[in-house]
Amino acid sequence: MAVSVHCSRPLLLVAALLLAATTAAAPLPTTERQQQLANLLLQDCGSCHGLRMTGGLGPALTREALTDKPRDSLLATVTHGRPGTAMPGWKALLDEQDIAWLVDRLLEGAPQP
Amino acid sequence: MKNPLLGLIAAALLLGGCAHPSSTLPLRGTGDLGVVVERATGTLQLIESSTRTSLARIDGLGDLSHASVVFSRDQRYAYVFGRDGGLTKVDLLLQQVDKRVIQAGNSIGGAISQDGSLIAVGNYEPGGVKVFDAVSLALIADIPATPLADGSRNSRVVGVTDVPGQRFIYSLFDTGETWLLDFSQGNDPQITRFENIGNQPYDALLTPEGRYYIAGLFGENGMAKIDLWHPERGVERILEDYGRGEQKLPVYKMPHLEGWTLAGDQAFVPAVGHHQVLVLDSTTWQQTDAIDVAGQPIFVMARPDARQIWVNFAHPDNHQVQVIDSETHQIIATLEPGPAVLHMEFTARGDQLWLSVRDGGEIQVWDPYTLKQIASLPADSPSGIFFSSRAHDTGL
Repeated sequence: MAVSVHCSRPLLLVAALLLAATTAAAPLPTTERQQQLANLLLQDCGSCHGLRMTGGLGPALTREALTDKPRDSLLATVTHGRPGTAMPGWKALLDEQDIAWLVDRLLEGAPQP
Repeated sequence: MKNPLLGLIAAALLLGGCAHPSSTLPLRGTGDLGVVVERATGTLQLIESSTRTSLARIDGLGDLSHASVVFSRDQRYAYVFGRDGGLTKVDLLLQQVDKRVIQAGNSIGGAISQDGSLIAVGNYEPGGVKVFDAVSLALIADIPATPLADGSRNSRVVGVTDVPGQRFIYSLFDTGETWLLDFSQGNDPQITRFENIGNQPYDALLTPEGRYYIAGLFGENGMAKIDLWHPERGVERILEDYGRGEQKLPVYKMPHLEGWTLAGDQAFVPAVGHHQVLVLDSTTWQQTDAIDVAGQPIFVMARPDARQIWVNFAHPDNHQVQVIDSETHQIIATLEPGPAVLHMEFTARGDQLWLSVRDGGEIQVWDPYTLKQIASLPADSPSGIFFSSRAHDTGL
């Protein structure tokens, strides 16, 4: 714990740089995959969150609803699910690229009705 | 006019002509009609099982992400419960919306009372049940659900079902309760609360005669059973030992429960988080078998003659449908109708099975005796299929 006082800043910086690098470098899914993912977002996410992402058994995922949610926590939620709720982890079906693409679409306010 | 029948027909045509711009609609019954929800566009297709055709498309129903439908006892009107809190009364004869109210912010489904006069809607937001006059859609009763411990909102409501004796029953997802509303003495219902039924009830079924209400639990093992002949006996847990100690798979879609899971003296129910259909003896409610299937079951439906059980599945196994022999519990067919089979509906006597293939953009009609597809109709992201024969089934 004591070490972190001295190292936290540079470590954080490195972590941030790494994250930025991986985010920028992460290739987008292929066009065909993007179409599949867009359908998944609308229809399968929509099953619980509503086709207009206004919520249902799961909470609303509109752009407004996600304003205060860090991107990383959204990535973690989609990847691992939320224990104690009906939200499953999607990592068995989706890879990191897929999940990042989906989360970025949500943050942009997709899908549009 | 000498022929009284001709007079009646003429009168009916005139009446139809008054209410609808098209006076060419033929005189007809509605017993072989149904509706298919096209969820992405917020439209309904009006379908006719005798001819396996689509008669009309009706729009203006709002957000039908999760929609369910009940029918008036004269089978003329369909009541559609939409995700956006819309309650829409659709006239199957005139093929148009008759009335529509936005009664909540977010709803899940509803039921029609035994005498056909009341419509109950279960809402997520604001959590509770609202009851409406079936003719006018005027609000009759508003019953908020239990507030959450932090006071932020009320529990979400699931599994609203009509019960004989002018009653409705439903469960509260967040607070683990079942409430029974009794409207037999008037519009101010007597409420019976069953607490601690189990963690996160997700849906429920009523046995076809209306005696047992069984809520499926998402948050723990088992199901919660209430004997409505003896509500004083409270809740009994069944299937408690199923899946204990086993890792549940991620559940990508909540299963559904309805009375059609009963086949003779057996009940076939989806196992939550497992690739299995569970079988119970419906007299003792003890588990008798677990049938391995192709994915996580969503709808497990008995053919009306109880001889077969049809099962569809959650993503990513939802391109398949399996048929189970109700006697031997063997899988007798694995069908691949197309991408994303969302829902299935038998005609009342079981000569046809209609199913919606969401991502294939079609509704298919199958002969469940030959296991052959006999028709296909185009549809825009079809989900639920509901035949008007449900009007006379308690609990559907």
